[in-house]
Amino acid sequence: MRIFDPHIHMTSRTTDDYEAMYTAGVRALVEPSFWLGQPRTSPASFFDYFDALLGWEPFRAAQYGIAHHCTIALNPKEANDPRCTPVLDALPRYLVKDSVVAVGEIGYDSMTPAEDTALAAQLQMAADHGLPALVHTPHRDKLAGLHRTVDVIRESNLPTERVLLDHLNETTVKHAADSGCWLGFSIYPDTKMDEDRMVTILRTHGTEKVLVNSAADWGRSDPLKTRKVGDAMLAAGFSEDDVDQVLWRNPVAFYGLSGRLQLDIPEPEGLHEGNSILRGGE
Amino acid sequence: MTQTAPWTRKDVEARLADDMARAWLGEALAEAARAAQAPPTPPSPYTSHTWELRFAAAGRQCGQDNADAVRTLLLTQARAGLDTLTRLYRQGSAAERRAVLRALPSLVEGPHAVHLLDDALRTNDTRLVSAAVGPYAAAHLDAHAWRHAVLKCLFTGVPLDHVADLDRRARGDGELARMLTDYAAERTAAGRDIPRDLHRVLTLTGEKPQRPQEL
Repeated sequence: MRIFDPHIHMTSRTTDDYEAMYTAGVRALVEPSFWLGQPRTSPASFFDYFDALLGWEPFRAAQYGIAHHCTIALNPKEANDPRCTPVLDALPRYLVKDSVVAVGEIGYDSMTPAEDTALAAQLQMAADHGLPALVHTPHRDKLAGLHRTVDVIRESNLPTERVLLDHLNETTVKHAADSGCWLGFSIYPDTKMDEDRMVTILRTHGTEKVLVNSAADWGRSDPLKTRKVGDAMLAAGFSEDDVDQVLWRNPVAFYGLSGRLQLDIPEPEGLHEGNSILRGGE
Repeated sequence: MTQTAPWTRKDVEARLADDMARAWLGEALAEAARAAQAPPTPPSPYTSHTWELRFAAAGRQCGQDNADAVRTLLLTQARAGLDTLTRLYRQGSAAERRAVLRALPSLVEGPHAVHLLDDALRTNDTRLVSAAVGPYAAAHLDAHAWRHAVLKCLFTGVPLDHVADLDRRARGDGELARMLTDYAAERTAAGRDIPRDLHRVLTLTGEKPQRPQEL
């Protein structure tokens, strides 16, 4: 089973996770920029974070045979802090980088005017840079948030077929599918979706334009949830081709809209004595 | 790609996959050449000159295998000065930083860009470490920093073939020999192998190991 995790925050994960993900079949991933749990207070700390997504994290991933790409944006939570909004002015120089495959995560958190501004501005930037957009749907007031999100996307210059709506669930999938956007589902141990509910949704809605991710981060989450969905699909009678479409071909097609995917990461070899990250002294 | 700069435009064009990439390169080089003629504008963390956008996009336009060569060529064509090189390094992805490091020998006379080597050698990213120990490091790193660079290569598994002018700089360096011998002793004490390259560079120093029984 080859797996592309289209949404995972590897900055918060260990090399054990990379090893386990490779063993489970993960060969590519996208790390969306998001908030770090602790609010940032200046654009400079965003820049260091973005630079890590373009430097250190792909290096770590490559040592475990996994192709790492990222999406860059000012996330909706921190878009509400005027100390952080100058990040928007610096985004264009990040959006030209080779491994940036979308603008994201953007969307709504509390649906404030500041979030309206940041979302509209960043959808325009995606259109200007030939990039698709990863748009997350809010955790609170989700259905209303989804409607408003789709309205803003429709008003933008970015066609809905270049947008991935993420963190969908049973209550939002229909409207999201009707919008023409790609459909993302985050599978979590407690919140969001679980693998059995995911299988039920796949039965109802089919596998077309559906992406499944672990969204694993610094919270309670599991970087192997993509594999577990694949296994649950097979157990429920889906074919290996169905699994491949959801776990590989759909994310490749969506992020491939950027023209920047590089999936030819060599097998991990020549690791320093087969050991972990090259800290030295192993 | 292990060849070091400078690449000629002809070399690079011959490596490109198709006419589209060659046309892109032609436009990019023309923009860089115009920038070389233009009066300097103050650097900004928020904007980039057009050829600098090409510098960022070189991998996807020309293929990742050619990105170093294309980027180095652009830097040369734009006659990038120390301010520009520093900005492009600081604002660059790891691949862009590597290209800046590789271009240093042909663009910077004197030790003024050593701060970029220092930055790269502080990382544990072997792509940057190996690009930082090229001819510019051989010419300009002071003895202490150079010895630590050699040791860092041994630590992180960067082959010492990447260290430019290794023979000349290692010759007669008793302090390097001591550091290598101590490192070998530490490895032996931990029950670990001694990197083969360590013996090689120790021999190059011409110094006798202080504790030969441990080697």
